[in-house]
Amino acid sequence: MKILVPIKRVIDANIKVRVKPDQSGVELNNVKMAMNPFCEIAVEAALRLREAGVAEEVIVVCAGPANGKETLRTALAMGADRAIHIESENSPEPLAVAKLLKAVVEREEPGLVILGKQAIDGDNNQTGQMLSALLNWSLGTFISRLSVEDGAFHVTREVDGGLENLKLSGPAVVTVDLRLNEPRYASLPNIMKAKKKPLEELTADALDVDITPRLTVLKVEEPVSRSAGIRVQSAAELVDKLKNEAKVI
Amino acid sequence: MAILVIAEHDNDAVQAATLNTVTAARELGTEIDVLVAGHNCSQVGDGAAKIEGVTRVLLADHSVLEHQLAECLAPVIAGIATGYTHLLAPASTFGKNMMPRVAALLDVQQVSDISAIVAGDTFVRPIYAGNALATVCSADAIKVVTVRTTAFDAAADEGGTASVEMLSVAESPPLSEFLGQELTRSERPELTTADIIVSGGRGMQSSENFVMLERLADQLGAAVGASRAAVDAGYVPNDYQVGQTGKVVAPDLYIAIGISGAIQHLAGMKDSKVIVAINKDEEAPIFQIADYGWVTDLFTAVPELEAALAE
Repeated sequence: MKILVPIKRVIDANIKVRVKPDQSGVELNNVKMAMNPFCEIAVEAALRLREAGVAEEVIVVCAGPANGKETLRTALAMGADRAIHIESENSPEPLAVAKLLKAVVEREEPGLVILGKQAIDGDNNQTGQMLSALLNWSLGTFISRLSVEDGAFHVTREVDGGLENLKLSGPAVVTVDLRLNEPRYASLPNIMKAKKKPLEELTADALDVDITPRLTVLKVEEPVSRSAGIRVQSAAELVDKLKNEAKVI
Repeated sequence: MAILVIAEHDNDAVQAATLNTVTAARELGTEIDVLVAGHNCSQVGDGAAKIEGVTRVLLADHSVLEHQLAECLAPVIAGIATGYTHLLAPASTFGKNMMPRVAALLDVQQVSDISAIVAGDTFVRPIYAGNALATVCSADAIKVVTVRTTAFDAAADEGGTASVEMLSVAESPPLSEFLGQELTRSERPELTTADIIVSGGRGMQSSENFVMLERLADQLGAAVGASRAAVDAGYVPNDYQVGQTGKVVAPDLYIAIGISGAIQHLAGMKDSKVIVAINKDEEAPIFQIADYGWVTDLFTAVPELEAALAE
């Protein structure tokens, strides 16, 4: 079985984003970028299945601007076998990404697609679900456990009320949550080796996919910021403030 | 302009998130249908018919819909979508799981997690863990939208007089099988609708110590929440997590205990009306947004707080 892992390049999770003064978006120039943390977990999950002998090959794919290749090299350094970059001027919307991925799935015929549950830039939480619809494949979102038994995927999903267990008939799309695993770091020798691994370059045109955006961003603003209040020195003072000043208890 | 709201429910009753979603729908139009899709769920349909502002309830009752799996729900919703300008669902794990599958079937780019409605095609939504707010305009004929429930008041669940109509459901071969669930049972209020939340972080140091927070929560009639660090450490189950990737809450009072305040956590609670932070590290970022900060050791502070509240 092949496993396909779509990944995204985003602003590093530890960086505080700044909105551009002209409200056209957030500042991306000279900002540290990294693989979306959920995508790292997806790559790790795929590598573990290959190491367990369940899968033979892990293919990583990224859609977006040219520097996405750096993020693909990171995934190759973690251990993925080969990479596909679908270059576009801007980062396509989730529906467009799902259509590009569907075209890649039809070429590569993986038995499982593993994605992060959301990218921490747009916070959309859509791409995996959309891909599953376009393929009419089974879907397991927000998973914290994954195993393969008799060709079916057993997953545990983190839902608002607790946990839910599903058995997905293959082929399937799953999206991963934070507690599925702890992604490995790429070692220096593996970073060197990754430079020689195959990285195929594709375009939306070559895949015959229309990626014209459906949404127009009219503006991006800073939220109203909260300011620090006061410091209290005792439990009695805190209870008094909550009762008589804030009036919330 | 007819709007379809997808009800979140447990085959027994409508979940509160549905009421907030109806309020968002009422900002968009006056003809509001609510879809209740499940199994043996006619009482949910009767409940939905009483929600203020609802015109009509569509009841899809079939065994394949019992566990509301996205693969089974999405075709039902997509099949009736053409009569509507908007499809709305709460941005809970229910809506997040199912709604993009609907959108893709309709060839629509979904607008996720809206916090305000500017016009019928224009919405405000938080991005980058709420560190920026984007105003986006959709060019799709049908708008598929998930709603941040804390940004919209709950519609009244009494007083409505909607009709209930049955919807036929085509049998489809299931792609996935529901094996079971482990739901957290609690007598305390639900996190997303609680007026007061007592939340603990890595500073709690163990699951045993969370008992202390539970006592405080019970004294206040509060729900118990947690930061990702506390959940990752195994102190509490995943459904306690508040933050960018957990639950978004906005209670009247949020008491953060032993939580440093990573941006991912703040994303889930910074719209709370009043925030209290108790932490021994006076440099902790949580103090920058707290209305009342108390720099102290939580292990002495919490019992003191309990005593002060009891007086």
